[in-house]
Amino acid sequence: MSEQDTDQGKRQFLVAATTVAGGVAAGAAAVPFVASMLPSERAKAAGAPVEVDLGALAPGERITVEWQGKPVWVVRRTRDMLDTVRGNDDNVADPQSKKKMQPAYAANEFRSIKEEFLVVVGICTHLGCSPVGKFAKQAEAFDPNWQGGFYCPCHGSLFDLAGRVYKNKPAPDNLVVPPYKYLSDTRILIGEDTKGA
Amino acid sequence: MAATPKEPVQFTGAGPLNPLVSCTLTWVDQRFPLMALWRDHLSQYYAPKNFNFWYFFGSLAMLVLVIQIVTGIFLVMHYKPSAAEAFASVEYIMRDVPAGWFIRYMHSTGASAFFIVVYLHMFRGLLYGSYRQPRELIWIFGMLIYLCLMAEAFFGYLLPWGQMSFWGAQVIINLFDALPLIGPDLSTWIRGDFVISDATLNRFFAFHVIALPLVLLGLVAAHIMALHEVGSNNPDGVEIKKHKDAQGHPLDGIPFHPYYTVKDILGAVVFLFLFFLVVFFMPEMGGYFLEYNNFIPADPLKTPPHIAPVWYFTPYYSILRAITEEFMLVLAIGTAAYALLIWLTARDQRVKFAALGIGLVVIVLMKGGPLALEAKVWGVAMMGAATLIFFLMPWLDRSPVKSIRYKGGLFKAALAIFVIVFLVLGYYGTQTVTPAGTLISQIGTLLYFAFFLLMPWYSVMDKTKPEPDRVTQ
Repeated sequence: MSEQDTDQGKRQFLVAATTVAGGVAAGAAAVPFVASMLPSERAKAAGAPVEVDLGALAPGERITVEWQGKPVWVVRRTRDMLDTVRGNDDNVADPQSKKKMQPAYAANEFRSIKEEFLVVVGICTHLGCSPVGKFAKQAEAFDPNWQGGFYCPCHGSLFDLAGRVYKNKPAPDNLVVPPYKYLSDTRILIGEDTKGA
Repeated sequence: MAATPKEPVQFTGAGPLNPLVSCTLTWVDQRFPLMALWRDHLSQYYAPKNFNFWYFFGSLAMLVLVIQIVTGIFLVMHYKPSAAEAFASVEYIMRDVPAGWFIRYMHSTGASAFFIVVYLHMFRGLLYGSYRQPRELIWIFGMLIYLCLMAEAFFGYLLPWGQMSFWGAQVIINLFDALPLIGPDLSTWIRGDFVISDATLNRFFAFHVIALPLVLLGLVAAHIMALHEVGSNNPDGVEIKKHKDAQGHPLDGIPFHPYYTVKDILGAVVFLFLFFLVVFFMPEMGGYFLEYNNFIPADPLKTPPHIAPVWYFTPYYSILRAITEEFMLVLAIGTAAYALLIWLTARDQRVKFAALGIGLVVIVLMKGGPLALEAKVWGVAMMGAATLIFFLMPWLDRSPVKSIRYKGGLFKAALAIFVIVFLVLGYYGTQTVTPAGTLISQIGTLLYFAFFLLMPWYSVMDKTKPEPDRVTQ
């Protein structure tokens, strides 16, 4: 068949139709592959609530428990520690906890249900490192007037003893307070709360 | 490429061939363009005769690629890509597998050697203007190789499942978390879990040993095909194809084989001396090639007290850390000044208004109160921009000459400052955060971008010397 006999319009239509159909098929074929990389049912099912006994925790101490694969810190704050939190409003970015980094029942001055016990996810809101507890009031390389709190070794973010982020640090937000509730005076359940508590 | 003549194989200057070999070659050549490939890429590929020291690093990069692929295959025979077994399987390779330590140290040293060689190869390109027209695509393929290599290094680094593996991956994946709207879902998709876990390790293994090596090999082929299409640049930055002899060969060119194959073998021997010196006597390289914290199994509950990426990522890591909330004002002022510079110097009205519009949008996103993005997002954006900006080199350099030999003081000073800044940023990226370090990183970040973004101006203002017509000795 010579060039003159070719129906150019038909050829263009067929090329376009094949391209579109092939493109749609290729896009659809990508779906199962992309989907296979989402968290599996097993990963979604993991992460049951964790019960923590506060009885053994001495004042000024911290324990770390694992919840959903993440470290959760429970700090028993002393009166002195709470006073430094109170006097620290000017140094932190979100002193009133206005951003939703905590359940409503922890959106208060000390970011906790009971002021003595701080419960936060120990993951920096910058890039996910776990900050280090630096509870002593002493001059540190990162802050000569250090009042005690948490220091992130990765990018230098600072948090006070209520998990509030210092101003002008890489981390944008306060540490996350997970949902939790008191089962008794000395036992808490992390990962579950009573709605409206 | 000329059509392949299907006649008996003729060798020039290589002496008579054994008739059986000649016969076999002819048989193959009538069915596969073996001799044509040999001619086009080796025996008749004319490269400039004035290659110097800096021209070793392309072939060395290929050598390291081969080392990585071969050692990688043998490591996979013993490694277990599972969170429960990975760390122990690496120790098993190190202690129980015969010569396992040797293969693993070749692979870990090879990773750092790859970046040393590639950085020197890229520096060669900057020196002699190898990115300039008509070699833009060679440069772009090369940059894609560099990006691919960084991804390969990142995925590979999770596999030993040590503390630095885990927390390094945590930080890098969380970079995606910073993206507006899609960030959190995207990082969950990358991890395949809500935290870095077995699922993450498994897929990183797949990327590291299958997906990226395939892409890398394809890109290397494209890089070399593009190079052999236009021909190599040289330290004088002049085109050797302008002057050809009666046979059509460049007067200043010599066949790659045997001249440069022999030269590159010398380079390979010296390189391998140094490489095995490291492999045998200092495989950890003082914590720079293998970080001490990575000899501790991954612990999701505890970040090591000091974390830093491996040395080859640290310049970019410094830039990431330099972008703090207070630095955003400096960036916004810098953006405004740059938009103004384009406004004042551009001739095309459309360029002027584009600069103004884009500048305004960027400034609003930087400092526009409620519309501004977080400093964290900008840190990620600037780090990404710092790697991607190399792609623009062919269009940023407006100098009338290619090679540093004929460029003036301005360009030489700019390149020298850039190299120093790259090294200083690299150094601070390995250190813990201090106010002085942050300030130096911030100045470094500004200078880093100034090298690229101001190039269209200083490369034109620069007092260049006239290029020679032919290459010099």
